[in-house]
Amino acid sequence: MSARHLLAIGDLGREGIERILARAESFAEVAGRPIKKVPTLRGRTVINLFMEPSTRTQSSFELAAKRLSADVVTVKAQGSSVEKGESFKDTVLTLSAYDPSAIVVRAPHAGAAALVARWSRASVINAGDGKHEHPTQALLDLFTLRRRLGRLDGLRVWIIGDVAHSRVARSGIVALRTMGCEVTVCGPPTLVPRAIAELGCSVRYDLAGVERADVIYALRVQRERIAGIVAPSLREYVERWQIDGRRLRPGQVVMHPGPVNRGVELASEVCDSPQSLIVDQVEAGVAVRMAVLYELLAGAGGDGARLSAGREQEAPQPA
Amino acid sequence: MLVRIAHEIVERNGDGRVAIVGIQPRGVVIAQRLRDKVAELLAADVRFGEIDISFYRDDLSLRGPEHQPEVRETRIDFPVEEHTTVLVDDVLYTGRTVRAAIEALFAFGRPRRVQLAVVCDRGHRELPIRPDYVGKNLPTSRRERVNVRLAEVDGVDEVSISELAEVRA
Repeated sequence: MSARHLLAIGDLGREGIERILARAESFAEVAGRPIKKVPTLRGRTVINLFMEPSTRTQSSFELAAKRLSADVVTVKAQGSSVEKGESFKDTVLTLSAYDPSAIVVRAPHAGAAALVARWSRASVINAGDGKHEHPTQALLDLFTLRRRLGRLDGLRVWIIGDVAHSRVARSGIVALRTMGCEVTVCGPPTLVPRAIAELGCSVRYDLAGVERADVIYALRVQRERIAGIVAPSLREYVERWQIDGRRLRPGQVVMHPGPVNRGVELASEVCDSPQSLIVDQVEAGVAVRMAVLYELLAGAGGDGARLSAGREQEAPQPA
Repeated sequence: MLVRIAHEIVERNGDGRVAIVGIQPRGVVIAQRLRDKVAELLAADVRFGEIDISFYRDDLSLRGPEHQPEVRETRIDFPVEEHTTVLVDDVLYTGRTVRAAIEALFAFGRPRRVQLAVVCDRGHRELPIRPDYVGKNLPTSRRERVNVRLAEVDGVDEVSISELAEVRA
């Protein structure tokens, strides 16, 4: 991967994805050591800019940067000058003045990360922009799946729920297709747009045939959307699209990007079953995000590269 | 050569609590051979490990994105506190790789003692590091490259010196 940013999963291609997954394996090994920290990004600065609430993504990006020895600052909309009315652009320009090597961006508007990439010299990582993309979630899902099932090629994956509003689904479909999976999306017609099929997946409106899936990927159902006019009632949703113990076939695995609404998209017993990979996904988050930071920052851009501009003659020698 | 080094390792570590750890990639192959010989001399199992130093390099930001090292496996599954660890590599040059390997080893605890074995010491150290066991001292110029070839990887055991293709000032 020679790109400076990770804005969409499509930036990577199969080769780029393979590289990051391989690196993530190395970092997963580091996580098993008594000292889980390597000096790779010593002296670099990483800024996490979170305009939306997040537990997993934010904490795992923070841990990932720390375990690579970078200096990390996390800025949240809540409690920052954004609350005083500072614009998104001014916030980015202010933070860029610290000369960070990378800015990790989570924002409620599609395209926000791309804007940051235009405004700042830092490498930008999209940590979820509105309904658009969430590429590192897709990468950690691939990593988790391949660890558990040993392969990705030919897996049948059903993504179930509110596909229309889901950046996880959008990045996930592209990533899974790139790696050779067969993808079906499923949910209430009001929450599954037909146009999603253009990403190379099949579209279903009921769970008939779900028993043939290898992987069931449930999306978070946002109660506020269900309560509105766009979707059937919660009770109907549970009846028709919830994955419970009866619908889960032995051998299938269940995934969810979190946070789970127990008893809505997944029955509680399914969340806690050995077939659930939900905790594995969280665990994979740190190693995968270390791999992404490493790919974007080690060697390219950043303070170190500028410092060494005059020393390129001195090619690194194998010692 | 390795037989002699194996004898020296056993002599200097009379208690037999010694582990052999190869530095990726070539040091690992040499370390495997060395471990077998030391185990034979001690008539006991000898702990073995491998270590990849990519994440500990001091030149990552000096390398372009196209020249990033390939990351290989690190596996240290013995308590470093209780063993003398002999780090093994093919060529000792600036000492930077060894420095990184020592730092990597510390991620697994406080090593009881660390020693260094190399097939070939070519000089030109940039750090205060010296080997405990040397196969051969090989005076070289910085313009030369020392190649250690191994039967397991290259089909032949051989040490050769070549001129760097493009001489970098």
